[in-house]
Amino acid sequence: MAERILYNLLQVAVVLAFAPLAVGVLNRLKERIQSKRGPSVFQPYRDLWKLFHKDEVVSEDASWIFRVTPYLVFVTPVFVVLLIPVLTSYPLAFAFMADMVGAGFVLALGGFFAALAAVDTANPYGAMGASRTRMVGFLAEPVFIIVFFTVSFVAGSTIPYIVQKQWIASAANFFAPSHVLLMAAFVMLILAEAGRIPVDSPSGHFELAMIEESKALEYSGRGAALMKWGGQMKFFVLMCVFLNVLVTPWGLASSQSAVEVLLAIPLVLGKIFVFILLLVAIESSLAKLRLFRISEFLGAAFITSVAAMITRLFAF
Amino acid sequence: MQSETLAALNTLAGGLFLLCAFGIVATRQVKGCLQLFVAQSVLLAASAFLLGARFDSWHLIAVGVVNLIAKPVVIPWILRRTLHEEIYTRREIDQAVNIPTSLLAALALVILSYFLTLPLLEAVDPASRLGNVPIGFAGLFLGALTLAVRREAVPLLIGVLAMENGVFFAGIALSRELPFIVELAIASDGLILVFVVGVLTRAIHKHVGSTDVGALAALKEESGP
Repeated sequence: MAERILYNLLQVAVVLAFAPLAVGVLNRLKERIQSKRGPSVFQPYRDLWKLFHKDEVVSEDASWIFRVTPYLVFVTPVFVVLLIPVLTSYPLAFAFMADMVGAGFVLALGGFFAALAAVDTANPYGAMGASRTRMVGFLAEPVFIIVFFTVSFVAGSTIPYIVQKQWIASAANFFAPSHVLLMAAFVMLILAEAGRIPVDSPSGHFELAMIEESKALEYSGRGAALMKWGGQMKFFVLMCVFLNVLVTPWGLASSQSAVEVLLAIPLVLGKIFVFILLLVAIESSLAKLRLFRISEFLGAAFITSVAAMITRLFAF
Repeated sequence: MQSETLAALNTLAGGLFLLCAFGIVATRQVKGCLQLFVAQSVLLAASAFLLGARFDSWHLIAVGVVNLIAKPVVIPWILRRTLHEEIYTRREIDQAVNIPTSLLAALALVILSYFLTLPLLEAVDPASRLGNVPIGFAGLFLGALTLAVRREAVPLLIGVLAMENGVFFAGIALSRELPFIVELAIASDGLILVFVVGVLTRAIHKHVGSTDVGALAALKEESGP
């Protein structure tokens, strides 16, 4: 039992430590594709370090929501990491607390408070960003629900540790059309939820075009660092869910031995690196969509997920 | 390869085939529409090969070869020769219904095709009870939907060809001994169709200045004296 708690905390530490690196690698690779040198892969760490050492300024008119939000945005992904398989293919100490739907709700809670806090300061860009994030959010919600319910229907459970075993049970399961379509839908969902390119440009600094970034505009110092780190962890968590639950549970530790769990860290990071290569290819070959085209993008994701459900329901 | 793997890969081809059919209904670009059609045809050929290997039927392999030559190679080539500027310069397609709505209609049609084909599948022998049949029907319906929602000549043509792809996709699962001459005839029919529509579209383009056939629905009156 003590081991399981330890591994669970190790899992949290891995996500805390490597989430900025994933973003750094992604940014660097994107720049390389454009024939630029790009910032160092460790730049996100330096940004966080810098922000933590700066003074924080909070508007006098801001309410408690504004003050609490950075901590919530930071804590919700950490909480989700306790529930999902990051390093091990068996449930760890705290995994009993919630299933995938619960984890989804916890992640959504952080987003909800981030949107509230953006409106709280009465900065016009904040409210605009918040309303746009909500628009993307409510279009992404049905996809989320259909994906998770199809997955749960296939495996007969909403516990991620049971679901992940379903796909590798046989080649037929892995190449089942429902699985392939679900993966496609979930990639589109990650792009929308993490504010990546066809939906939102993470490197854009033009306030009118911002969606995700504009919510954190009013934060400075430690608040900004926590918001940033939280966003990076959310991205990392989504990738972990995608890779470890939906695509492949390969490379995860299956026994309690410490060597195997430590070995799982580079393997999981390797998988994430491969997925980042895919993301770089997607982001470099697509243009950002106009705001009202986002509904078409997420409509396509919805259709893909429902097609996955249909091919599963009527499988024979 | 063992039969189970072949069946799994065939089902996968079916799922991707369905996705391509959705894409043909919903892409905005003529070029994207054509590329999706090519991908769909390749998947159709792949499914024919897989089923041919599974059932040891050279007919199906021949269907695959004919499809692989006619649709992904010859049809884009003809279209490029006749309608180059229409495919590669016009970016956006005029839609009668907006994209989210047409996607939802597409979804309803896919569900309908599953409900229609499940009783049909009860009648055929169990070896043919494959995902190809409902997905092929769905391809047929989605091609028809493309005809209904698009108002542009080239995507309309692709809609007709996608319908034909759907029929083939269902057909290869149901019949393994289709006379080869019929397949050749259908494939060459498709080519002639593309050729005729291509020339026709070129003529429309010459007279009207665009291939937006939706605009041809209204009568143009000469102003009186």
